[in-house]
Amino acid sequence: MRFLSILCFFLVGFFGYAQVTITGVISDENGLPLRDAHVHIANKTTSTNVNGSYVLSGIPKGKQKLYISFIGYYPIAETIEISTDLTINRQLKLDVTKLEDITIQQLSNSKSESNNEQVLKSATIEKFSNQTLGEALKEVSGLSILKTGSTLVKPVINGLHSNRVPIINNNVRLEDQQWGTEHAPNFDINSAGKITVIKGASALQYGGDAIGGIVVIEPEVIKKDTLVGKTILNLASNGMGGSLSSSIQKGNRYGWSWNALGTFKYLGDRETPDYVLSNSGNREQNFSGGFRFAREKYNFNAMYTFYNAQIGIIKASHIGNVNDLYIFINNKQPSVIEPFTYSIDAPKQEVQHHLAKVNYQRWLSENTSIDFQYAFQFNNRLEFDVRRNDENTNKAALDLQLATHTFLADYKTNVGNWRLKSGLNLGYQNNFANPKTGVRPLIPSYEKLDAGLYGIAVYKFDNATSLESGIRYDFSTIEATKYYLKSRWIERGYDTEFSHFIVGDEGNQWLTKPTFDYHNITANIGFRKQFHHEMEWLVNMSLASRNPNPSELFSDGLHHSTGQIELGDLRIEKEQAYKFNTTFKKDWKSFQIQVNPFINRISNFIYLQPIGFETTIRGAFPVWAFKQTEALLTGFDVNTKWSISNHFSHELGMAYVNGQNLSTDEYLIDMPPFVINNKIQYKNESWFNFATELKSEVVFRQNQFPNYNFETNIVVDDALTPVLVDISSPPKGYHLLHFYSEMTFKINKKNSLTTSFSVQNIMNTTYRDYLNRQRFFVDEMGRNIQIQLKFNY
Amino acid sequence: MKNLKLIALVVIPVLFSTSCSNDDAPVNEEEVITTVTTTLVGGGQTITLTSRDFDGDGPNAPVVTVSGNLVAGTTYTGSTTFLNELESPAEDITIEVEEEGADHQVFYQLPSSIGTVTYTDTDANGRPIGLNFTLVAGTSGSTGTLTVTLRHLPNKTASGVSGGDITNAGGNTDAAVTFAVAVN
Repeated sequence: MRFLSILCFFLVGFFGYAQVTITGVISDENGLPLRDAHVHIANKTTSTNVNGSYVLSGIPKGKQKLYISFIGYYPIAETIEISTDLTINRQLKLDVTKLEDITIQQLSNSKSESNNEQVLKSATIEKFSNQTLGEALKEVSGLSILKTGSTLVKPVINGLHSNRVPIINNNVRLEDQQWGTEHAPNFDINSAGKITVIKGASALQYGGDAIGGIVVIEPEVIKKDTLVGKTILNLASNGMGGSLSSSIQKGNRYGWSWNALGTFKYLGDRETPDYVLSNSGNREQNFSGGFRFAREKYNFNAMYTFYNAQIGIIKASHIGNVNDLYIFINNKQPSVIEPFTYSIDAPKQEVQHHLAKVNYQRWLSENTSIDFQYAFQFNNRLEFDVRRNDENTNKAALDLQLATHTFLADYKTNVGNWRLKSGLNLGYQNNFANPKTGVRPLIPSYEKLDAGLYGIAVYKFDNATSLESGIRYDFSTIEATKYYLKSRWIERGYDTEFSHFIVGDEGNQWLTKPTFDYHNITANIGFRKQFHHEMEWLVNMSLASRNPNPSELFSDGLHHSTGQIELGDLRIEKEQAYKFNTTFKKDWKSFQIQVNPFINRISNFIYLQPIGFETTIRGAFPVWAFKQTEALLTGFDVNTKWSISNHFSHELGMAYVNGQNLSTDEYLIDMPPFVINNKIQYKNESWFNFATELKSEVVFRQNQFPNYNFETNIVVDDALTPVLVDISSPPKGYHLLHFYSEMTFKINKKNSLTTSFSVQNIMNTTYRDYLNRQRFFVDEMGRNIQIQLKFNY
Repeated sequence: MKNLKLIALVVIPVLFSTSCSNDDAPVNEEEVITTVTTTLVGGGQTITLTSRDFDGDGPNAPVVTVSGNLVAGTTYTGSTTFLNELESPAEDITIEVEEEGADHQVFYQLPSSIGTVTYTDTDANGRPIGLNFTLVAGTSGSTGTLTVTLRHLPNKTASGVSGGDITNAGGNTDAAVTFAVAVN
């Protein structure tokens, strides 16, 4: 780093003595001058005047980059050799498709003006075609993943996940029982065109409860009259399977356009360096399709997606009582290792998610648009467990059917320097916990109604400075129908406080209808300042509120995947977060750095804490109850990019989070450890767009964790003996190397074939990850060699 | 006109929601074992050890009763039964364990001063199930615990398992109860 800055000074100093002036005229294809076109040479910028002319002085001699752009025209980017004063005139060509993009961008593309958005583009997304949304998001620094085995992956933003990180798919908030830590987003990564991550609750149009942040997924939209197709075939050595995803899209600026996509995924048991992870296979069959009809003043969209997945849960992770848990933790060897197979047995998940939506957008004037959207989602989650009675093996132990209706209306306008956005949403949700499973469901049936209103204003002082502020109000009411064991009702101390919820007496159970109302106000203020072209500063402060989810309120019973009894609490209140977030970006010629520190103070933070034991006829189980505390999360993310030469580049990503439980003066559980990622890349466009990269992933041991270990009596040498069950100690840190390379062959003007070869975990390192729910039972996946073929046609 | 569309959009979901009514029946818990009873008959005496838990995974601990003490040196004929007493009449799960004998095994853990257990039944493969056994009581004056464990899908071929050693058995625990016992 020091070397680099010295180098920079050197270069600036050297060229500083030899400067020239460049003048010229920028015009359109017909020779008419363009006013306010942007001209950028070396590190100097200006705009053209009424006559289309510009003057740039103080340009250093030597090879310099020239960049000219104007809204609605193809930009010009050239490298020019400068030795004396020069006149450079250029004509720009009209780009019809771009014009539309840009208008829309001004009104809607920025989800948050003052919060740093990080974007994954389709090229990156395609690399993860065979994997999951969570794994693709790991490319963004500050994002980590919470795993259950190797296939259930959830994104974690700055230490927070699940209900604290809403996922917006195509402008619809995904409602897929996202409270569960082992419930992965029901989403086909292949249908994403662009993924934006906002590390905070500043995107108020999507809701006020994004305490961790928000993931916004948008499909690829082509606004040009063309028909394009894409097929991606993936083959993976670990799991001995792969996926095939094919899409076709008819683009059009006006009139009809449509698209369709299908994905099949089929993988068998994964393997660690030493053994087979029995029952870790997964399958997916996904479809999505939609059409759009557009005119100059309006457009109408309709789409449908279907996600269908069958996911095996590693057999070795199915535990009985605390005795088994103790043995597994201490053995460090899985209890079940079987030969490789493609078949998936219990325990497993079968999940289906349907999403259908219609959207109508109308332009009231050049600067004003109004949007209406109705979306329907239906999610069916079936979880199969190892049942005592073999006849029940094919019967799900959990069957949740969640239907969600949402209606949105949004209004956007630009008035002078003001950009205004406001809207409302109405939602109705119905969860049905099927009682025919023969097992008490983890969460009950419930009905929920939501209504929200928001307003966001952005004021641009000039091109470089803007101020953003937003406010949102949400009302929510939930009514559950739940049977409580009378013994549990008393143990929880509900008999005096909540007796008004009881509506029926069913032997040893109470039938209850707990009802809760929530009123939330959330707000956000921030600003963005650009200093010259090389430096940018963003500051954002937000207040977010999240209502307790059904599992936090109502869960009561044994959670099989963890072997613990989890208890919700009807007294749990909403949690509120005050997040301060700032980003510094600095661009040198070939070096960019971005630093993003944050403070997230969460009041009434909801978390699970062990409270003791309960003995059942199956033995003793540790009991974890949802509690609330005052929490403080602080940390930073750092990114750098260095173009070492025309061919070589380097990227660095670092992320650190510190989670404090202020009430108990402990660390928060399950916080991601410190991570450093380094990537070195070589690119040679003249050799079939060859690109190759080597990535190093260093994950430190998490030393900041609460001690939730507990003692229990187990039978040792035929006598009951107290032992300590170490569920708290994080696993060791680890270092992984990954390799990726690709080449693109142009078959003709429209058709191309991209081949890629990649290896994850090159050294076949054996490791366990702190944020994997199955870290007590098995190692992580070993080496995985993948081949990808991508046809564009 | 526009308002009408808007109203329609709001009303449609409400219609949707009223059309699907939820079945509010309580879950009929099918796989519950409420009662584990081990009976020891010998020396003209019947000793019954019972663990009964009516609230399943609920907070109440099982109620454990032991009808009497063992007599040193006596050979007892032992048997264990599993019931779901929430059903009426009570469901006898012992039958199911016996029918799927190859997939089940009952283990008895007790210090040798209390006694030693020998299996007297076999499954289709000639391996013990553990529903029937003999217990030879140990030395007079000793006290300790007897832990009875029902394992589902154990690895019956693993070392020591057919002799009653649970260490390598694997599988899932369907029931595990501990009785305090003494030898006179």
